[in-house]
Amino acid sequence: MAMNPTPRYAARRRKNAITLGLSLAATLFGLGWLVLILGTLLYEGFSGLSLRVFTEMTPPPGASGGLLNPIMGSLVLTGLAVLIGTPIGILAGTYMAEYGRHERLTSVVRFINDILLSAPSIVIGLFIYEVMVYPMGHFSGWAGAVALAVIVIPVVVRTTEDMLTLVPDTLREAAASIGLPRSLMIIRIAYRAAKAGMITGVLLAVARISGETAPLLFTSLNNQFWSSNLNAPVASLPVVIFQFALSPYKDWQALAWTGALIITMTVLVLSITARALSGQRKQS
Amino acid sequence: MNGATNPSVATPTVRHAPVDTVNLDERISIRGLNFYYGDNRALKDISLPLYASKVTAFIGPSGCGKSTLLRVLNRMYDLYPNQRAEGEVTLDGADILSPKQDLNMLRARIGMVFQKPTPFPMTIYENIAFGIRLYEKLPKSELDDRVEVALKRAALWGEVKDKLGTNGLSLSGGQQQRLCIARTVAVRPEVILFDEPCSALDPISTAKIEELIDELKSEYTLVIVTHNMQQAARVSDFTAFMYLGELIEFGTTSRMFTAPNDRRTQDYITGRFG
Repeated sequence: MAMNPTPRYAARRRKNAITLGLSLAATLFGLGWLVLILGTLLYEGFSGLSLRVFTEMTPPPGASGGLLNPIMGSLVLTGLAVLIGTPIGILAGTYMAEYGRHERLTSVVRFINDILLSAPSIVIGLFIYEVMVYPMGHFSGWAGAVALAVIVIPVVVRTTEDMLTLVPDTLREAAASIGLPRSLMIIRIAYRAAKAGMITGVLLAVARISGETAPLLFTSLNNQFWSSNLNAPVASLPVVIFQFALSPYKDWQALAWTGALIITMTVLVLSITARALSGQRKQS
Repeated sequence: MNGATNPSVATPTVRHAPVDTVNLDERISIRGLNFYYGDNRALKDISLPLYASKVTAFIGPSGCGKSTLLRVLNRMYDLYPNQRAEGEVTLDGADILSPKQDLNMLRARIGMVFQKPTPFPMTIYENIAFGIRLYEKLPKSELDDRVEVALKRAALWGEVKDKLGTNGLSLSGGQQQRLCIARTVAVRPEVILFDEPCSALDPISTAKIEELIDELKSEYTLVIVTHNMQQAARVSDFTAFMYLGELIEFGTTSRMFTAPNDRRTQDYITGRFG
């Protein structure tokens, strides 16, 4: 073979270099924005980060304070949403992958679930406003938790079904072959084989809802003070950021940046954990 | 190619002594069995006895229905929709195909080892203990004994006794397959079905599994589906040759491999098709 490339091969190499260059430019363009966002967040939010943020309530304009009530509110709302949404999601996903795999109902549920998965969260907020806030006559933490749960459910349904479908049928047959009833096979064998993926799904759902603002505006609203009453409005980080960032007060704006930094870091940690877990699954 | 026996094609040799065909104990009887995948009839009017303490091999080219037949015996097809069996299959006189048959009890009595090793995602110890606990509540020491016996029975004890707590998936393919045999044996079945148990294994592991089948024979009714005619000749007492969903011929392995009655059996055994 001659060392000099033929003209046709040289042209192909040129095309390859151009395409590669364009792909690289597109990647850098996309990553650039991400770096810019994270950089701005760190620059603006880090200076406001202090112990006070985690120990004091949101202040009135002009006074000093922290983000304790919205942080706690967000934790409680997110926790409740996961507690409500995860069991429903796992049960539905289990039905679809194990019991009703060949049923018509499963394809219908999967289709509806996919719509729900991409439904604008503000629509979910309005829906919960109609069915909970309006009849109850006031905004409440419960309504916020339920709105977030409605966002959690389709994510968990989807990952549970997908992960269980990945469990090979040979494993199900092996379980059946020693006389294991189907229910035990699912709990003891299939869940165990799909565990990492299912946990990843829940973590991704948490990451998704921890930044949601729209559904909470219509449900749990906001609260300037500490509130452990879920029947009353509850503060949450996204809503406080929304309110403070739009305000004309400098110290409120600074707190909004700090809150945004806290949410972003939390989501980042959750995503990395989810990645690590699914990586583990591939290795085993 | 329908002339006399081609001398260049060797017929697999049968290893063991001729079987006693007088005192046979018919454990499973298959009579007039038809099987359907939807509208597709995959088994056509199969009738066949399976004897206790004997190894019966199902041989035939791919798609002939030998695995399908095996999967009727423990009703494995019940896991899937649109599959149904018609006819009569009895285990000690009781109808296996009856809708009233308790499938879990049936499968505890008729164990199965699969083509690909399928350890459960748990420790070696748990892989075995899991099946035992389904049916019996035993004190820890007795359970330990049962696990040990099962692993010894599957000729795996020596290799794993110091790492019972490690994941079953960390074993080699051949070890995993023996773990699956131990798991099956631990439930104390009466019949064990082998569905091409060596097709994913190397020759050394294959030899170990074949030896094991030989040893298990005295206590169980064994059925093996295999693509490998040498393997059928080596391990089985009886052979059933199937072709296109029909049972072409059934008889002692020694006769089937030396003096088959049917042209198609001879052609398959001598490697002329399939």
